[in-house]
Amino acid sequence: MPLAHAISDSRAMAGRCLRRSLRDPEAFFTALTLPIVLLLLFVYVFGGALSDGGSYVNYIVPGLIVLCAGFGAGTTAVAVATDMSNGIVDRVRSMPVFGSSLLVGHVVASLARNLVATVLVVAAGLLIGWHPTASALDWLAAMGMVLLFITAISWLAAAVGLLARSAEAATAFTMVLMFVPYVSTAFVPADTMPAALEAFAKYQPFTPIIETMRGLWMGSTSTGAPVGREAAIAVVYCVAILAASAFAAARLFRERTG
Amino acid sequence: MTYTVEASDITKAFGEHRALDGVDLQIEGGSVFALLGPNGAGKTTMVRVLATLTRPDSGTAMVAGHDLLADPMGVKRQISLTGQFAAVDDVLTGRENLALMARLRRLSGRAARGRTAELLETFGLTDAADRRAGTYSGGMKRRLDLAMGMIERPRLLFLDEPTTGLDPRSREQLWDTTVRLVEEGVTILLTTQYLEEADRLADTIAVLDRGRIVARGTAEELKARVGGATLRLRLADGDTLEVPTDGSTDDIRRTLERLDAEGVHAPDVSIVRPTLDDVFLHLTDDGARRPEPIHAELKEAI
Repeated sequence: MPLAHAISDSRAMAGRCLRRSLRDPEAFFTALTLPIVLLLLFVYVFGGALSDGGSYVNYIVPGLIVLCAGFGAGTTAVAVATDMSNGIVDRVRSMPVFGSSLLVGHVVASLARNLVATVLVVAAGLLIGWHPTASALDWLAAMGMVLLFITAISWLAAAVGLLARSAEAATAFTMVLMFVPYVSTAFVPADTMPAALEAFAKYQPFTPIIETMRGLWMGSTSTGAPVGREAAIAVVYCVAILAASAFAAARLFRERTG
Repeated sequence: MTYTVEASDITKAFGEHRALDGVDLQIEGGSVFALLGPNGAGKTTMVRVLATLTRPDSGTAMVAGHDLLADPMGVKRQISLTGQFAAVDDVLTGRENLALMARLRRLSGRAARGRTAELLETFGLTDAADRRAGTYSGGMKRRLDLAMGMIERPRLLFLDEPTTGLDPRSREQLWDTTVRLVEEGVTILLTTQYLEEADRLADTIAVLDRGRIVARGTAEELKARVGGATLRLRLADGDTLEVPTDGSTDDIRRTLERLDAEGVHAPDVSIVRPTLDDVFLHLTDDGARRPEPIHAELKEAI
């Protein structure tokens, strides 16, 4: 299978997935409003109590990006699980096309959806007074972090969707991804938590990813660690999740369709 | 004679269950071949094997001129699969479904649009082209499903229970479409539980039972295996009486004489040949009454 064909087939399948996301009014509406509603909720409702002076919006943007990406990944897992349970997979696999194009299509569409959500959080944040101190280069690095993270989480979602065997089971994954970020430094610094939670919050993957963005945009992390160190841990986490998920997804896809 | 499918000794087991237990198949180019069998007989597994979706445990097959195991891509280029459940994307419109298939077949944008419009017309979907496939009736979905497999005309078309769940009119339409495709030179492998469908469409029928082919031949040959004929008498009072005979003139004459002697007179009599249903029940009846596989004799006949 020439690479050009693999790319062209994957593009066709990604187009299909994106069209499907645009046509699902509820999911589309939720995906667009969730980032903005959460931002307003945290900044204006909880922000006064959570923040010791200063503007809470300056703290929260990276956490919201991660939270929305988690929601987006859940959507992807459900979409993959749904596809695996109908005849589309067999049809595509009986055609002379790149077999995994179905999976790659979902991942690419997931990337696109998550990028839109990220842009929404950033834009809404800037509108209500977020003041990043980052240089252009820091911005580039922060967006690189976002891109690596959503790529990893999209492949993870694809693997979970393949594993789930039903849309309902895949939905449970969304719940996990929506709540694990709360026990990180997304909304409050880890040292404000009870000891057990603090340990979890410090070492779970979301924290270094969030702290990398925070450090790049705001100049300092909430953990006190240098941004370079957080970034190194974040990249290792993301690459590991990406590699394991892509490998698992490819394997599961072969098994489920063999 | 050229065969579009030549499969020999195909086996496939799922755990302990032997879904296919040494299946041999030859399908003549340009013909309709029906695989008949009860649920769980292995029909769908056989289709999945020949359509490159499931790898057999053993056996060899040439499909549309390509070795199934050595060159599955070559096979994929020549086949089209219409599944038991129409594999259309409900969220996309009919036109978009076709356009997606055209892109996967790597037609250029212009050629894809042209072919899509053509297929919508051929399959009577032009008016519904820009509606979501989810709003289509069962018959329309099957037609779209079929059209999606026709972007490039395949050499071999798999119709896996194509009319299951369709109303009689849609079924009739699908049969007409099938006949038209055969006229265009497409070879068809049909699986069905409906004997009428096999009787009407198929040139050759193979009866599959528990992963083995227990009989094959034309519909007439299979009916002849069961043999006999039933005399159906419509009596003056409107009742009907059915009397089995062996189908020979001697036996029919004797039967009529006996009825006459007993004072049975009927204004109307007809001879009923066995139907495929009888064949089916006869061949797939379980356990002790199962007949010997008869395909050795019939193989010579076809």
